[in-house]
Amino acid sequence: MEGTIPLTYFIAVSAILFTMGALGVLIRRNALIVFMSIELMLNAANLAFVAFARAYDVLSGQIFVFFVMTVAAAEVAVGLALIVAIFRSKHSIDVDQMSSLKG
Amino acid sequence: MNSMLILFIVLAAAAVLSALGLLLSRSAIYAALFLVLNFACVAIFYLILGAPFIALTQITVYAGAIMVLFLFVIMLLGAEKLPGTKAIPWQCPLAIGLSAVLLVEAGFLFFQRLQSSVNLSQPDIQVNSMESIRTLAVMLFNEYLLPFEITSILLLVAMVGAIVLTKQEKGAAG
Amino acid sequence: MENSGLFFLVPWIVFLPVAGLLVNIIFGGRLSEKTIGTIASSASGLAFLVSVLLGISLQANGGEAFIWHLADWIHIGNLNIPWNFRVDTLSVTMMLVVSGVGTLIHIYAIGYMHEDVRFKDDPKRYRRFFVFMNLFIAMMMILVSGDSYLMLFVGWEGVGLCSFLLIGFWYDMDTLGRPSWANSNAARKAFIANRIGDLGFLLAAFTMFWAFGSLNFGTVFLKAEELAAAQPAVIVAITLFMLIGVTGKSAQIPLFVWLPDAMAGPTPVSALIHAATMVTAGVYLVARSWALFSLVPDAQYIVALVGAVTALFAATIAVGQYDIKKVLAYSTISQLGFMVAAVGMGAYVAGMFHLVTHAFFKALLFLSAGSVILGMERGHHHLPQHAPADEHHNEVFDPGDMRNMGGLRKQMPVTFWLYITGTLALAGIFPFAGFWSKDEILLDAAKNFTLIYILLTIAAFLTAFYMGRQVWMVFFGKARHAAAEHAQESPKIITVPLMVLAGLSILGGLLNLPYVHTLSKWLEHTIELMESDFVLPGYLSISWGGLNPVVALVSTLLALLAIGLSWLLYGRKSLQVGEIDPLRKLLGPVFKVFENKYWVDELYAALFINRYVDLARFVAEKVDWNFWHDWLHDSVIARFFRWFTHFLADPIDLGIIDAISTALASLVNRSSAALRKLQNGFVRSYALSVLMGVVLILGYLLFK
Repeated sequence: MEGTIPLTYFIAVSAILFTMGALGVLIRRNALIVFMSIELMLNAANLAFVAFARAYDVLSGQIFVFFVMTVAAAEVAVGLALIVAIFRSKHSIDVDQMSSLKG
Repeated sequence: MNSMLILFIVLAAAAVLSALGLLLSRSAIYAALFLVLNFACVAIFYLILGAPFIALTQITVYAGAIMVLFLFVIMLLGAEKLPGTKAIPWQCPLAIGLSAVLLVEAGFLFFQRLQSSVNLSQPDIQVNSMESIRTLAVMLFNEYLLPFEITSILLLVAMVGAIVLTKQEKGAAG
Repeated sequence: MENSGLFFLVPWIVFLPVAGLLVNIIFGGRLSEKTIGTIASSASGLAFLVSVLLGISLQANGGEAFIWHLADWIHIGNLNIPWNFRVDTLSVTMMLVVSGVGTLIHIYAIGYMHEDVRFKDDPKRYRRFFVFMNLFIAMMMILVSGDSYLMLFVGWEGVGLCSFLLIGFWYDMDTLGRPSWANSNAARKAFIANRIGDLGFLLAAFTMFWAFGSLNFGTVFLKAEELAAAQPAVIVAITLFMLIGVTGKSAQIPLFVWLPDAMAGPTPVSALIHAATMVTAGVYLVARSWALFSLVPDAQYIVALVGAVTALFAATIAVGQYDIKKVLAYSTISQLGFMVAAVGMGAYVAGMFHLVTHAFFKALLFLSAGSVILGMERGHHHLPQHAPADEHHNEVFDPGDMRNMGGLRKQMPVTFWLYITGTLALAGIFPFAGFWSKDEILLDAAKNFTLIYILLTIAAFLTAFYMGRQVWMVFFGKARHAAAEHAQESPKIITVPLMVLAGLSILGGLLNLPYVHTLSKWLEHTIELMESDFVLPGYLSISWGGLNPVVALVSTLLALLAIGLSWLLYGRKSLQVGEIDPLRKLLGPVFKVFENKYWVDELYAALFINRYVDLARFVAEKVDWNFWHDWLHDSVIARFFRWFTHFLADPIDLGIIDAISTALASLVNRSSAALRKLQNGFVRSYALSVLMGVVLILGYLLFK
């Protein structure tokens, strides 16, 4: 198949995905969906890394993505455990109800 | 207009739309499934960009492990439907506004600063073969050995943390 | 000036009396009266010794003036006035008179003040007297030894101060010892009258500086000639201003009024300051300024006229006085008139000669009068012992009133003969000193100034008359008061210096006998008028004249006639107790005028003094008290201030400043309440602020 895709297209997609992830963090009240939006953001960043790695023919971009994924997995594990623990005490995963730090 | 570009546009649309679906869906299950779709699209992106290992890892780890975890928790906690009224009324418009600004800034950054002359050439056969994986492995275990080892410890910590956090005291209410 | 001889001693004429007064001030509290008096007299005596040595050195130097530089005093721009001592024949003459007569008076005062402080009941004041006397000698020495008009003025002012201090020695009493303001008023009168004269002197000095750029004698006299040719009016102004100073210091018309009141001081003071030395400073000034005066004959004539009129005026007043010292005071004014007239006529030597002889016999007369007064006091204090039932010793007793005296020649013989000597000298009887000096003045007057000659001759006639009157009233006849009957002679310490003065009064004429002219030759070195070329006609060879038998005969006859007249009125039939003065019967209202001294004091009071008091009172009450204090301070300033503080306190302090601090506090309160709302506890809003920060930073980095 012929044709090339300009780098900027990939980066644009990454930016859009990132923004939507940020929006999701801010708008949604379900803690799980907030978490998922965070994963979305991480993903968008990974995409940008790989795109740049391909563009400048540097492999360390992919290495970095590898590590990001690993850390994301660890983070999800712990985060979900946290959500479960919170649910046990508050019986709700609505982030708006976790406002005890209210000053 | 070549086929690669068409593929790309289709995949991009799919990714964006699934992300949108994640944002707007009422139920958590639907949101999770939309996210899986998004991960799959991104995985194919990786393949286009000539990173087969990363693509497969994406599917294995993200879509396979992480999302399954999510689904387990959703099942545990119940995909409850949350009440519609929000505690902070001004959050929504302001967040949308700021995100739009962010997008504009990102667009400005990329289209003004970035050398748009860089074109990603079509990946050749060699890229998607074992050769690239070998190169990756060599780099990973030679230059990036230390981060690799530390990451393994990180995983251990995560495991321990997850267990600790969800451990119930004897006699505590469930 | 090559041979400096003993001239280096010259500053000691000032420093020795200063040392004497310092010793007395510092140690006098522990010393006996005799020691204090001895120290003071020695200081004055040593100053006399130095003057003698200076005189000898001067003579050895051929009479050339010698200027000894002590210190730089004023040096501003073009004005250079150092403290120089001028040793020339004129200043040495004055130095000898001041310190010589001064020393004799100091010795006299040891005895006189010893009794006086006991009569006035304040022995502790003894030391102060001698301190002031030494200060006076020092100041007078500065006056006569100065080389510039400013140095002269320093001494001029200084002797004015000492006069004030010594006249007001008994400042809390009057002359009879009663508590009163009288003595201090007299001292103040002297000071003020002198001050008016000083103003004249200062104006002269200013004009001199403006015209010549210097106040040093040498410079001024040198430049005066050229200026006289160009602008004679300036020299006239200078000399007439100086004349005002002379009338103040030497008690001429119109500023003589202080001298009679100055008799309130102790008698040695009257003798030293108001007869022999301070009052002669004016004559000295004119003599010193001969170079200026000789350029302006018109001003000179005014000076001479003032002197002659004063001489006659004062002599008439002396005829009607009853206080023994007042007669001598007016006599002094009259004799000063003679001196001023002499130097006014250009007869500088005659004036100086009379100055010297007058110092001798007037001091003698004053001190003898002091002896008489002491004798009367002693008599008065012994009254209770001799006449216990006498009604006199409770009344107020004036020991100087001649109407209380009489027949004292029996009680006080030594004083009597001393007084006679002085009287004859003053009256100008041959061969006493007064004859020679007064005769020389009359001679010079007769040559060129007829009016002045007539005035002075009448004054001389009256002089002999009132002195005769005084002698007959005091020493002859019967005592009119019990105190006079019991009067006692004075001790040796009082009479011995008087004998020295009496000797000088007899022999003083030898100083400048006609055809010998010792003093003229001596003074010629300084006053070069006699033989210089630029002398104006009429003033030539005034003091080289011989004896004019006509003038001499006329003056002597008149004097004898006057004494005879006084005997007729007062001697033949002695005055009884309470009897009216025979002259009053003779002259009637004229005598009243003399007795009341032409009401000059009353005239001055009405014209000047009371007007000044009115002005002072007006300024004090209306301007200072009513306007300044009541209105300006109380109404305007204090009320404004009070309003201002209220204004500051209420609206500004409370309203603005407090409001600011309160507003600040409430601002913090409200802002913290507002900001607290940020901490709403919602994670989502925190995340939003993070995003906002990211957007802002990204924007900044992009558009930098």
